[in-house]
Amino acid sequence: MGPKLKKEKPDSKAKLAKQKVTYEEAVPVSMESVGHPEIFPLVLTTKTQEIFSCRAEEDVTEEHPNKLIKKEDIIQDLRNRAGISDFHPVKKIVMEYPGEELLVVYDKEFKYGQSFYLIGTEEAKESILNPPVEQEDTEEVKESVEEVYVYKPPIPKPWVSLGSEKEIEEESVQESTVRAKYKISRKRRQFGAPIKFGDLNASSVKENYIECTAYVDKNYTIKQLEKDIGIQMIPVLKDEHTQTQWKYPRNAAIQYVPREFSKEERNNLLQSKDLQDFLNSVSLSVEVALQQNEIMNVFIDDWKALAEEETTFGDKTDSHLKEYQSFTDLHNIKEKTITCICWHPTIYGLIAVSIAERLSYEDRVQFSGRLLLQPSLILFWSFSDPIHPQLMLQSPEDIICFQFCPSNPNIIAGGCINGQIVLWDISAYAERIVNIKGSGGASKKAVLKPIFLLEPDSNKESLYVRHAAVSSIEHGHKKIITDIHWLADNFELNRMGYVFENRSGISCQLVTCSIDCTIYFWDIRPTRPPPTPVDKKKEETVEVPHDVPPTFLHLDLTWRPLIKITLAKNGTTLDHCPVKVSLRDDYLHYQAQVLKDNQTLQQKAQIAGEDAYQNLESGLTKILKPMEDYNTKFFVGTEDGEVIYTDWRMERDHDSGRLTSQKPLNRYLVHDGSIHTVQRSPFYNDIVLTIGGWNVAIWKEGVPQGPLLQSSCSSKRYTAGHWSLTRAGVFFVGKEDGYIDIWDLLEKTHEPAQTQNICITSITYITPWMIASKQQFVAIADNYGTLHILEIPWTLSHPSANEVQSVNNYFDREVSHLRYTEKRKEIREKERAEMQLESERKKVKVFQKSREQLEAELKISYEEYLDLEKQILGNLGVVPDTDRIPSSFRDLLL
Amino acid sequence: MAEVEETLKRIQNHKGVIGTMVVNAEGIPIRTTLDNSTTVQYAGLLHQLTMKAKSTVRDIDPQNDLTFLRIRSKKHEVMVAPDTLLGLGLDYGWICAGATCPELCSTLNM
Repeated sequence: MGPKLKKEKPDSKAKLAKQKVTYEEAVPVSMESVGHPEIFPLVLTTKTQEIFSCRAEEDVTEEHPNKLIKKEDIIQDLRNRAGISDFHPVKKIVMEYPGEELLVVYDKEFKYGQSFYLIGTEEAKESILNPPVEQEDTEEVKESVEEVYVYKPPIPKPWVSLGSEKEIEEESVQESTVRAKYKISRKRRQFGAPIKFGDLNASSVKENYIECTAYVDKNYTIKQLEKDIGIQMIPVLKDEHTQTQWKYPRNAAIQYVPREFSKEERNNLLQSKDLQDFLNSVSLSVEVALQQNEIMNVFIDDWKALAEEETTFGDKTDSHLKEYQSFTDLHNIKEKTITCICWHPTIYGLIAVSIAERLSYEDRVQFSGRLLLQPSLILFWSFSDPIHPQLMLQSPEDIICFQFCPSNPNIIAGGCINGQIVLWDISAYAERIVNIKGSGGASKKAVLKPIFLLEPDSNKESLYVRHAAVSSIEHGHKKIITDIHWLADNFELNRMGYVFENRSGISCQLVTCSIDCTIYFWDIRPTRPPPTPVDKKKEETVEVPHDVPPTFLHLDLTWRPLIKITLAKNGTTLDHCPVKVSLRDDYLHYQAQVLKDNQTLQQKAQIAGEDAYQNLESGLTKILKPMEDYNTKFFVGTEDGEVIYTDWRMERDHDSGRLTSQKPLNRYLVHDGSIHTVQRSPFYNDIVLTIGGWNVAIWKEGVPQGPLLQSSCSSKRYTAGHWSLTRAGVFFVGKEDGYIDIWDLLEKTHEPAQTQNICITSITYITPWMIASKQQFVAIADNYGTLHILEIPWTLSHPSANEVQSVNNYFDREVSHLRYTEKRKEIREKERAEMQLESERKKVKVFQKSREQLEAELKISYEEYLDLEKQILGNLGVVPDTDRIPSSFRDLLL
Repeated sequence: MAEVEETLKRIQNHKGVIGTMVVNAEGIPIRTTLDNSTTVQYAGLLHQLTMKAKSTVRDIDPQNDLTFLRIRSKKHEVMVAPDTLLGLGLDYGWICAGATCPELCSTLNM
């Protein structure tokens, strides 16, 4: 609300007070200007207040400001006091008041200017006296619903000017003067009439125009000192555009066709003389070139052929075996001997050795009680640790021979001294023996500790591994097992000895021979018929230690051989006692190529499946294909020194219907003592080396005449032997005085090429092995239990060019020599028979010739002799005179 | 015609020869004993090589000329005899592919 314009009521009141005598009726002042036209401010003197009993602060208070006064009383007062009555100014209102009572309100705060004010209208009176209850209600409602915001649309309020319209008026441009309007029109009769236009020069007729020339009026030079300018700042924008050339790759292809002649053209050309001449001229040189190619082999690589003598590793003349390492177990070996050595097929530097007591048979029997307490072990040695064996396999009895399974090097089969076969499964220890740390790290400590105080390192602690299975005692061999071999994994045998294809991909059959005159074939897979209850009871009483893998539990103590072959001699009760067996597909063939054929081994392992030895039963269910043309014959060396060639297939005896083994096909008595080595050559399938007694023999399968080579007896007994793995004509023989003979068939065949001393006692076993492509070791075991590892020098391990071929040629020569001698023998026989007859006939003949005849014959022969002499002397040029015939040579001398 | 045939047959029947072909100066084969694709391939490649060899020899000594070109590889030997001896206007090239390495001889029974 804007400032209220108050009009001075006291002034007017003062005027009225002055003019009260004049009785002028003043216009009652109302609060009309304030918006309350019914309110008339009043001043009531104390006397008036007493009269009407509306004394301030006594009758009327702030809380009760309303006082109703009767109209008649006011009128009475007006008559009584006329001009001095306080109600005089509002007399008119009072007179015109419709109601009987008027309301006078005490205005303590002088809200309307005076201490009292009179309400002029009935309605206002009513509204003040009875303020509408609704307001109270709404006030109450409002008080309760304070939180809810009620939207009130804005109420338009009257415009209150603050002076801005003045500025607008000043700025606005208005026309100050009234515009003059002129309307020019032609006369009405000229509307639509034709018009004539003419040219008129303005300067010629001066009356027709009025000019207002512009001039500079000095009064009106106004300098504009202020100027309203609007400025806007924008950045400078520049529009530019470029167009790039789009280079895109495009595929382009060219297709071409060779030019060719048509048939007619060709024929024409062929018949042209030029072509003939050309051919005639050129064909000669072409034929010369072709002949050159035929004469000599143009595809020879000269560089390769030049390298006959390659640079050797080390000295060329050095052909001694060099000592590399030797292993002796200080704890276990006391008066023990090594019976068999086997290199680990896959792990570098790991070699296994079987140990047995060095006692003769009688001593064994005598000390059998003590022997039971001694462990029988196979020790695993590693090159990196010469003192502690890495692994020790326990067995119930001394092991005479053992072999790693070619398909799974964690399976080991060994033959015992009592005729049992023992199987070990070292899969659990496979990681240990693969990563063998050397013992050098621990021994570098400053304090030297004795061996037994060293902390047991996890690698140095030797583990005793119990065997996984042993064969049945009743059904196995009765005497010591002298040889054990795994059969190759590409065939298997059934009970008749017939060969079948092996689909399981693993070696699962063994062959053992023993000096109880039998050769047994064994199968490590569980047999189809379940074991009888009797056996089961026995099994239950045996508690298997928990650390033994369950691979061969089905075999333990119930293992029976698959095939039993007895080697019977004709007519005598004594049978052959086989010591060594050599089958056709010996493992040597694998081993010689082990460096190349790792892939095939892996493939075989894949065929077999993971851990094929754990699922041995799965192999039984496959139906196998028989291999017809497999060679089932094999060589056997016996204790008597005989070499036997026999067949393992069983025959059915017609009379009894039982299976019997065949009679040996060939028997040769070549050696003077027990044969200890029967071995196939790693290069040739059919060459066998047998060593026994005091000599060596080489045989070829299929040549029944005899050995190709039979050496003379040596001074010392041969005790061990082995072919070389890389050189076809070299083999090693060990003697009983600790010397090794190295034979080289290409160098000398009548005696060994070299001998070398290894140790002081007799050698029991020799095994060479390829460690790397350039390095070859040979492991030699002696009777005192020491294992020597020697390095084979380059000359002995590296084959010369075409060595295999040369040795083969040598063998062929020997074979043909044998055949020749055989034939010669026949011829000799014939000749001898004839000679016999001749001599017989001659004896029968009577002496008929007389003496004269004899003399005549003598003379004639003498003459002939003289002629002959003359001829020879004449040829020699000794006799200048051909006429003079010397009677004899003696004449010349005279 | 008969002479030509006879000469060609004689060369072809040499021991170790796999195939022969006669090619003209531009490298288009006239007569061949091999199959079409091989012929075309050999003709194209060897023609360029022969030309290159010829120009090399000529560059070194302008009065010299290429008489024979033999290419020996691991498996075969290719012999090319260009026509230069008679100095005719028309050039013929003779290409003869022979296999003389012993292994192949046995398999091809030549």
